Amino acid sequence: MWFHSIGLLLRGVRVTFDLFLLQLFTGVALGAIYVLVALGLSLIFGLLTIVNFAHSQFFMLGAYVGAFIMGFVGNFWLALVGVPIVVGLIGMVCERFLIRPLYGRGIDYPLLLTFGLGLIILEIVRMLAGTAGIPFGTPPSLSGAVDLGVFFFPKYRLFLIGITAVILVGLWLFLERTSYGLIIRAGARDQEIVQILGIDVSKVWLVVFGVGIALAGLAGLLAAPIRGVFPEMGVPVLVEAFVVTVVGGMGSLFGAVVAGLLVGITVSFTSFYFPQMATLSMFLLMALVLIFRPRGLFGRAGLLD
Amino acid sequence: MLKIEQLNAWYGRSHILQGVNLKVEAGEVVCMIGRNGAGKTTTLRSVMGLVGRIDGQVLFDGHDISKEPVHRRFAYGLAYVPEERRIVPGLSVQENLRLGLVGSTNRTREAEMIDRIAETFPRLRERLSQSADTMSGGEQQMLAIARAMVSEPKLIMLDEPSEGIMPVLIDEMFELFNRMKADGITILLVEQNVERALSLADRAYIMDQGLIVHEDTAAALLADTEIQERYCAV
Repeated sequence: MWFHSIGLLLRGVRVTFDLFLLQLFTGVALGAIYVLVALGLSLIFGLLTIVNFAHSQFFMLGAYVGAFIMGFVGNFWLALVGVPIVVGLIGMVCERFLIRPLYGRGIDYPLLLTFGLGLIILEIVRMLAGTAGIPFGTPPSLSGAVDLGVFFFPKYRLFLIGITAVILVGLWLFLERTSYGLIIRAGARDQEIVQILGIDVSKVWLVVFGVGIALAGLAGLLAAPIRGVFPEMGVPVLVEAFVVTVVGGMGSLFGAVVAGLLVGITVSFTSFYFPQMATLSMFLLMALVLIFRPRGLFGRAGLLD
Repeated sequence: MLKIEQLNAWYGRSHILQGVNLKVEAGEVVCMIGRNGAGKTTTLRSVMGLVGRIDGQVLFDGHDISKEPVHRRFAYGLAYVPEERRIVPGLSVQENLRLGLVGSTNRTREAEMIDRIAETFPRLRERLSQSADTMSGGEQQMLAIARAMVSEPKLIMLDEPSEGIMPVLIDEMFELFNRMKADGITILLVEQNVERALSLADRAYIMDQGLIVHEDTAAALLADTEIQERYCAV
């Protein structure tokens, strides 16, 4: 088996620059999904100090809500707008009635709660939509490939990169340029001072949780044409998102973006050169980062103390 | 303006405040002195709503605020500058000031607010775009006070503002407090710097072991070295 890998590696060594670029682009597209999932996870952790174990099930829910909207109106763009709104609102209801009573009780209570919540969402989807999974094709306007000059690249993956970039810019503007963003940035550092200055933090937490969950739902929809839609589609995502969050540094949004892309690119290259190592590669990357930077690439001290 | 009656407060099992009575009239500067651990900070935190378990009445501007959440107390016009100058790291000076405005109903425009700040705090004007945590301790304290002032509160509570600050800046800070007093701003001050605090204040309370043990005009207490020795000497 191993000499097969070496063979692939040798073939890899000879690959041309355009093949390298192709793998890089594929990695960025893969990473785009990681970025969206990890951003939500990091946003929620950074402000609410909640490790949201239900995150990947909201990802799955996003794909199902998307499939449902598609089934009704057959329009992918409508699903693209509808999914974050619907899933985000479900997330806000969960925050308001399930998580809020647990604030101030330490990190383990919400952790257990979200773990259970994830299982409940999974079972509800299994009951309502069946265990088999449902088909979800690439939207016609986004199928096929585009000629990028040096290589042909799937149009849908290019769209993934584009929309993630748009969301990142939007989120950045929201955090840096609006009063709400200012409150969120300050609240992540010092919750008490934000309260003292007259801000009702429970409202802020509600919105932040909703935004984080909306991002997970959106990521699920975007991943649907690539990964397929089935109840267990979230299971590997939770692991991937945690790897990304740990590599980037818990609670760091910038870290989530950099690490998401880094993990995507790592997985993309290893799938090409060492397919057997593809899944393992992200854990090796995590181990490597943690040896040199125990808090992750951009982690802050004391967040978990 | 502020009236505290039979205030009790607990941290976990320990009974910190054991029936505190205190009042601050509009336009007054009142100071609380006493040793570390006497309950001064806990009193201020209880008034702001930051202590988990309290009992007793806190009347502010005619409202009983003892059951209100923190942000509602702010909305009534209560400002609190906690000890160890809690400016938000990673935010610029201007963003820290803006933070003092976003939760308030005071719809002053930011530009106006900054102009006003510049008059009172010339040091901050030059540093608006600087990251707040790169400033010196004294400047950070000025920023924390300015941030509490931009919402134009009715009462400002200051918790040991001069702690760990260079003497030159302490002078500047007390000059500022004198100007605030002259402007008619109501202040409740907790201070270790007893002489300075008493020279500034109208009235003073001495706290010991969770109780108010003495109350007098600041001038009388300033003259009474015996009582200062008994409750404030380390």
